[in-house]
Amino acid sequence: MWDSATILMLVEGIGATLQMTLLSTLMAYALGLPMGIALVVTAKGGLKPSPFIYKALDIVANIVRSVPFLILLILVIPLTKIIVGKSYGSTATIVPLTIAAAPFIARLVESSLQEVDKGVLEAAQSMGASTGMIVRKVLLVEARTSLIVGATIATGTILGYSAMAGVVGGGGLGDIAIRYGYYRYETDIMLVSVIVLVALVQILQYIGMKLSKRLDRRITG
Amino acid sequence: MDAIIRIKDLGKTFTGKENNKDNQVEALRNINLEIHKGNIYGIIGMSGAGKSTLVRCLNFLERPTSGTVYIEGMDLSTMKDSVLRQTRTQISMIFQHFNLLMQRTVVDNICFPMYITGYSKKDARRRALELLEIVDLTEKAEAYPAQLSGGQKQRVAIARALATNPKILLCDEATSALDPTTTKAILKLLKEINETYGITIVIITHEMTVVQEICSHVAIIEKGELAESGTVEEVFTNPHTDAAKRLVFQTAQGTLQMKGKRCIRIVFNEISSFEPVISNMVLECKAPANILLADTRNINGIAHGQMILQLPEEEHLANKMIHYLKERKLTVEEVDDYVG
Repeated sequence: MWDSATILMLVEGIGATLQMTLLSTLMAYALGLPMGIALVVTAKGGLKPSPFIYKALDIVANIVRSVPFLILLILVIPLTKIIVGKSYGSTATIVPLTIAAAPFIARLVESSLQEVDKGVLEAAQSMGASTGMIVRKVLLVEARTSLIVGATIATGTILGYSAMAGVVGGGGLGDIAIRYGYYRYETDIMLVSVIVLVALVQILQYIGMKLSKRLDRRITG
Repeated sequence: MDAIIRIKDLGKTFTGKENNKDNQVEALRNINLEIHKGNIYGIIGMSGAGKSTLVRCLNFLERPTSGTVYIEGMDLSTMKDSVLRQTRTQISMIFQHFNLLMQRTVVDNICFPMYITGYSKKDARRRALELLEIVDLTEKAEAYPAQLSGGQKQRVAIARALATNPKILLCDEATSALDPTTTKAILKLLKEINETYGITIVIITHEMTVVQEICSHVAIIEKGELAESGTVEEVFTNPHTDAAKRLVFQTAQGTLQMKGKRCIRIVFNEISSFEPVISNMVLECKAPANILLADTRNINGIAHGQMILQLPEEEHLANKMIHYLKERKLTVEEVDDYVG
């Protein structure tokens, strides 16, 4: 069974999985990062408290996160068709992945930014810094270690979700594992796919943690 | 001369979640105070007195619920946000916990307020290095705050505060996290800054020693109200409110226990401190007096001191001693509520 066609399929699967994961993560950050910042800025005691905007974002984040991913995958099929033109394949999977991950990322960003010492924000305000400046130069910089840890967690989670998309023909390693392992009882191919997935998560985690440590200036040395 | 900071009928009430009356805390009430250019103004009070809220009202980090603050005659409460931010660049602040950017080097920390006011990177860096020389920390330019001691961090914070040439420097318990030796060094630096650049300094503290060390004026805040204010000399020599007395006696707190005998407080001025008054009094009256507290110090170059004496139980001897001290032009007052 280890003919060149199978190996090629697995290699392509890795490529598709990485492509789905990285593109979805990027796009989910494009939505989730501003949303997380907005949650922190508009919260009670934030830089520009606005109970209405905060509540609205809070509710949206909770609703999307409470829908199981498998259901969301099916729910957004019409939207996926409009955006991508088809509802299967690895490119199509990016749409539900992005939608599912954005609120999750918003929460990760929110908790990272909340860790920033309120005193430092107060100091920046006392210097006459505007809210935008405080967000860009203080919040995001001071929280960068925690943000990178968050991004590592987010990427790992999205990678796991991308495998789930295999159920509806999403492409990538998850798709291979389900097609061969579940529908055709070719356990060995399924196992190899799973091992590759595990390895990918391990590598991502390792890189993320290394990077966040390297960028942290709170540790002396 | 017009006041550089004028606090007018200022009040601040914090309201709890439900907006109901029970949930309100009145932190400050009807504060009126004028601070003049070049003053080092101490605002002292016990914790919870409202002094930190007061200093945050001076740059509107905390918006007062009534009254207002004028900075050089300009009313902060009517300013647009952008004008208020502009004004804040003239009012620097340092904090108890330094509040430095932990992910940036010392130089970058000092450059930060200059970026806000539009300095170029090159100019900001050059000025930052100058400032580091003033606070005597040149060798730490490229260090990160985590690598510095508390005193060094506060020096960086002071350099950062001076970066935009402010007219006012607010210090919120700036020495409370430091040991006594470091505290002295930081206070000395603040005094130098005040003398060299004429920056008006407002110091929030709960320690009388800080006020005595460098302040020219002092205001005492108790339970959200201004109890007393004036020059340090006036308030220290002749405190009339209970709040002021408690603070002046602060040095002896917890060390003495009174047994209900008559006690008096004597205040020395620069003349009498050269004369051995107490010894002479004891010799003259031929009766012992118990010294419960003796404390002399240097306030802005003039020797000041106070003593608390426990008088003999015999009425006539006690009266004789009081009479003797009054004759020597000393301020004598009975302190029946002095519980050390």
